[in-house]
Amino acid sequence: MKIDYRLVEEAAKELYLRALKVLPPDVKEGFARLAAQETTPIAQRVLATMIKNISVAEDTDNLLCQDTGVPIYNVSIGTNVDIDGIALKRAIRDGCARATVEHPLRSSIVHPLTRKNDQTSCGVEVPVIHVDWSETPDTLEIEMIPKGSGSENNSFLKMAIPAEGVDAIRTFVVDCVLAAGGKTCPPTIVGVGIGGTSDLCVALAKRAATRALGTHCSDPEGTKLETELSAAVNALGVGPQGLGGDSTAFAVHVELAATHITMNPVAVNMQCHSARRARATFTPSGVAYGF
Amino acid sequence: MAHFDLTPPISEAHVRALKINDTVTLQSTLFGLRDATQIHLFDRGRRTRFDLRGHAVIHTAPNVKPVEKSAAHPAGYAPICVGTTTSDRMERFTRPLMTQYGVRIIIGKGGLREDSLAAFRELGGVYLAIIGGTAALETTWIEQIEDVDLDDLNPESLWKFRVCGFGPLLVAMDSHGGSLYDVVRNDAQARRAQVLQSLGVKPE
Repeated sequence: MKIDYRLVEEAAKELYLRALKVLPPDVKEGFARLAAQETTPIAQRVLATMIKNISVAEDTDNLLCQDTGVPIYNVSIGTNVDIDGIALKRAIRDGCARATVEHPLRSSIVHPLTRKNDQTSCGVEVPVIHVDWSETPDTLEIEMIPKGSGSENNSFLKMAIPAEGVDAIRTFVVDCVLAAGGKTCPPTIVGVGIGGTSDLCVALAKRAATRALGTHCSDPEGTKLETELSAAVNALGVGPQGLGGDSTAFAVHVELAATHITMNPVAVNMQCHSARRARATFTPSGVAYGF
Repeated sequence: MAHFDLTPPISEAHVRALKINDTVTLQSTLFGLRDATQIHLFDRGRRTRFDLRGHAVIHTAPNVKPVEKSAAHPAGYAPICVGTTTSDRMERFTRPLMTQYGVRIIIGKGGLREDSLAAFRELGGVYLAIIGGTAALETTWIEQIEDVDLDDLNPESLWKFRVCGFGPLLVAMDSHGGSLYDVVRNDAQARRAQVLQSLGVKPE
């Protein structure tokens, strides 16, 4: 399959705008589930406002949240796809900048030392572009995630040791949720990375935090941990916006990787309630948009 | 739990009448500022021409569109999406906002900390919680961008919004030492041991 990079650029632009305006159905269902279960009056009011905002954004064709986030593009390349990686990255970057200038969007990206904002949502290494491969033939998938800073600022890594066992992981997750309080815009998706190297562990946490609700870790031990930690963090009472209640997290998601015999790393990355993502799938028959 | 309809500037007496769990709807004028705005105001010696005495400020950096100046857009900007950012990063600016500029109301999400609560008590101020991440809704409460200062910091300029029915907002920190965030934080911390026990974690 040949790739038309002008279409990739268009898709990169379109994906950013779609992600900012329409929440995926699994997140909407997550809200409905939390609202049905919530017992605290103040938290019920907060959830109702969040749900109302989702429909206001759709009705007014507006952004769900003012935070345009750090733009992240996850590219998955199937078999038999003829790719020029440099052209692909350039097209994504150009599409991201065009969304920012043409809509226009707030550019939330600055140089880390000078704090200069180019007003394009782009900078050194940003948009973040991850490339991976899949076994699906004749398919190119691009997932776009505008990662909000309120939740991203609450990211944590602990290089625990083997003697501390899985208890270190459980305790760390609970303490991260406590430390984050209302700053992450709960209810959140708590992403937990376990194992790997330090950098892989943090990347796994991000992958977990941005996974669709209702999906589970492919490892059965990881799935078990997801279930017990989801119940645990919601028993803390932090609640939506940190104002108290049962709905602290939609779910805890775990992603794991093998690690070294001397290591026991755990990382936490959170996704705010505006758990935005959009997806474009390129096949020989054209481009299809979804979540 | 009373509801107040407020049109700033407001007096110390007005602000001290507000208690946690009350709700407030703002009318007329609201100022927007953020990290860079306050770093420049308080760390780099810049000043604003705006009179903030008795006013409300919101922790924000909006999405705006540059347009021709007109009666509808006197500052040359149309609001696209105006929301609220996490307040905690701006904790140390609460006191100078109040002592140097006379601000009475801070609107944000996620809450502020001890020194802000002390400043509210000593000087007469409140923190009003808005629901973070609900900017599409919030934008419907903004009538226009009346003016802008320190605009080289865009989007973290000092914005002057004209608002209509901005709220309801929740009084989450008051001038009597009350903080809903402290109540929730202490309660959550108290539940920690039990939650860890439910996970089968051996006590430290």
